[in-house]
Amino acid sequence: MTPTSTINSANLKSQLKRAERRHLIRSYNLILPLFAFILISFLIPLGIVFYNSIYDPQVATGLPKTVESLKDWDVRSTPYPSENSFAALAAEMKTASDNQTASGIASRLNYEGSGLRTLFMKTSREVEDVDDGPWQEKFIAIDKNWAQPEIWSVIRQTGSFYTSGYYLKALDMQRDPFDNIEKQPADARIYIDVFARTLFISGLVTVFCFLLGYPIAYLLSKLPARTSNLLMIFVLLPFWTSMLVRTTAWIVLLQKGGVINSTLLSLGLISEPLDLMFNRFGVVVAMTHILLPFMILPLFSVMKSVPSTYVRAARSLGASPWTAFWKIYFPQSMPGVSAGGLLVFILAIGYYITPTLLGGAGDQMISYFIADNLSRSLNWGLASALGCILLAGILVFYSFYEKYVGVSNVKLG
Amino acid sequence: MKTFKAKKLTLALTISAGLVTTLCTNASAAEIVVASWGGAYSQAQTEAMVKPFTAKTGTKVLMADYNGGLAEMRAQVKTGNVKWDVVDVELAEALRGCDEGLFEKIDRSKLPAGADGSPAKDDFYKGLLTTCAVATISYANVYAYDKTKFSTGAPTTLEDFFDLKKFPGKRSLKKSPTVALEWALMADGVPVEKVYEVLSTPAGVDQAFKKLDTIKSSVVWWTAGAQPPQLLASGEVALAAVYHGRIYDAVHKDNKPFAIVWDGQIDTPDLFAVVKGSQNTQAALDFVHSATSTKSLADMTKYLPYSPARKSSMKLVDEKIIPWLPSSPHAGRSMVLNAGWWSDHADELNQRFANWLAK
Repeated sequence: MTPTSTINSANLKSQLKRAERRHLIRSYNLILPLFAFILISFLIPLGIVFYNSIYDPQVATGLPKTVESLKDWDVRSTPYPSENSFAALAAEMKTASDNQTASGIASRLNYEGSGLRTLFMKTSREVEDVDDGPWQEKFIAIDKNWAQPEIWSVIRQTGSFYTSGYYLKALDMQRDPFDNIEKQPADARIYIDVFARTLFISGLVTVFCFLLGYPIAYLLSKLPARTSNLLMIFVLLPFWTSMLVRTTAWIVLLQKGGVINSTLLSLGLISEPLDLMFNRFGVVVAMTHILLPFMILPLFSVMKSVPSTYVRAARSLGASPWTAFWKIYFPQSMPGVSAGGLLVFILAIGYYITPTLLGGAGDQMISYFIADNLSRSLNWGLASALGCILLAGILVFYSFYEKYVGVSNVKLG
Repeated sequence: MKTFKAKKLTLALTISAGLVTTLCTNASAAEIVVASWGGAYSQAQTEAMVKPFTAKTGTKVLMADYNGGLAEMRAQVKTGNVKWDVVDVELAEALRGCDEGLFEKIDRSKLPAGADGSPAKDDFYKGLLTTCAVATISYANVYAYDKTKFSTGAPTTLEDFFDLKKFPGKRSLKKSPTVALEWALMADGVPVEKVYEVLSTPAGVDQAFKKLDTIKSSVVWWTAGAQPPQLLASGEVALAAVYHGRIYDAVHKDNKPFAIVWDGQIDTPDLFAVVKGSQNTQAALDFVHSATSTKSLADMTKYLPYSPARKSSMKLVDEKIIPWLPSSPHAGRSMVLNAGWWSDHADELNQRFANWLAK
């Protein structure tokens, strides 16, 4: 109640605060290297990938005047724009040819409208030798497609610095000349199918991993430590082997003249070698084998901690072995099942090498198409958009998991 | 104490100076990377082109493998991280890469004259010298089969390749629309000289894909030229589209029971181009000059029966090899790949092909 005591307690409080702040700063300093590492190696590249998927200045910087002149064009009243736009395009085609940028612009236009590359390159080669207009007639004489609204609206739509075109394409959509969003023509629609296929194969692999992994993990958790440690080696040894090695080992096993086919042939069980590879069967078998440890390890760690007394109590109260297992043991092992399922499923979604080497053309998962756009078609924008959609999908899946199961259950071994 | 420190400093300086010198000499001692198609083909190039060049100039040449296309060159030039100095490209890529500014221009007047004294521009066959690339050889896209697989009647025509009833079993094709679409049309009855005309129309493209649909379920797709002989050898496929030299190699070196069907032969020239932004442009150009000399091109045929791009080289080719060259007359239909057409249409057909494959 004396003034001194108030001062003291205020003093004490501020001292405490200061001490806490010091402590906090020290803690932040300790995690600083990790934070910097994550920022540099993960968050910044991720941001660049996202930026790549929406930012594309190629047409805007390559054909600025044409894009500008197209603002006055009303697609509803005339199928193609005025002479101004044709003249601007002719001039800018010449500049682009001189700067060797024509090919890049043509490729960018071709991403949005198939066939535009051929049209653009052909026209820019012919325009090279023409000095004067009227350009409208000359363009349409070179190729009658220049009278189509689709061509010009692609130029207009790609003419801004930011684009949603890559995301639309990744979802099998496109814009029509009136800027309405519509489905791609049937022979160009693939990515929805590929996403569905990716989820289906990953789901199948997760189910098989569970069916094979559950009994193994159960056995390992029940055996005495010495035996179970020995058996654990058999689970871990392949786990420590390179994925590429395990995949190529499956090629040796599954090919026409491979170990499995020649054994079955010599036993007289089959007369013709079976098709075990370059199809979905090969992909699912190899992926299940490669991902199995990711199911077994979390299951094992959860099962180890399930007390056996509950099952014994249930049995002594008259439950059959099946009821005791199903009603008492299985629910207690559920955290392991869901943790293993989450790990296997998320890892499976991103698989690339195994389907590439063991699958046919119709078994490729989304990673294959990301890589294909990245390295062969060099459509980096579309590759980025596909990657971002995949990441977003996994985050949504993960947040559902977090909400209904809880992430704290995930542990390995 | 001070002297000790000074000594230490001198020592450190000497070592680092030494290191710097070594690094610099390494950088300046010419060394170039040549990207090519691997397998028997790269080995032949190493013997006929690389070894004589290194012996003459002391420039080290590293061979890198790739599977064609411009994507990697584009990525290297675009990101300013050029790792390859010389690439072995097909004609369509040579034209397109030049358009896009991926390759250095090559002055054809500086190319060495032929052994018979004729200047390079007359010595090379027509169309094989482009602004940015110099041709080396032409190979044929053909298909081959395993003779032990067909006891009753072997395939003889391109139609047989598409005939699953007469010749059951898997067949292998290159994972690319090039050659596959031409073959599909030829097997569907389109005459050789009309192929590109038909393929230029949307209906023609549909017709080609429709024909490919008939064998789609039985195709194993390959990406590297070394794969089809392996697929034939392991019994994975009965018929395989292949670069003809690979079959020559498998028959002569590994005694494989393979035979070539010469019907539907599509000839494609390979060219050397110098990647723009290469660290050793001069050494790379020197290599291209030396590797496309009369002797080097003729020597290539000792290892693989590919037609040399120079007329003067033909006189040095062993007579036993001549029947194997694509330029020698063969029984079936043959055509030259229309590179100009492909350099324009590759984008949309690649896309269409990728979509068709994925379904």
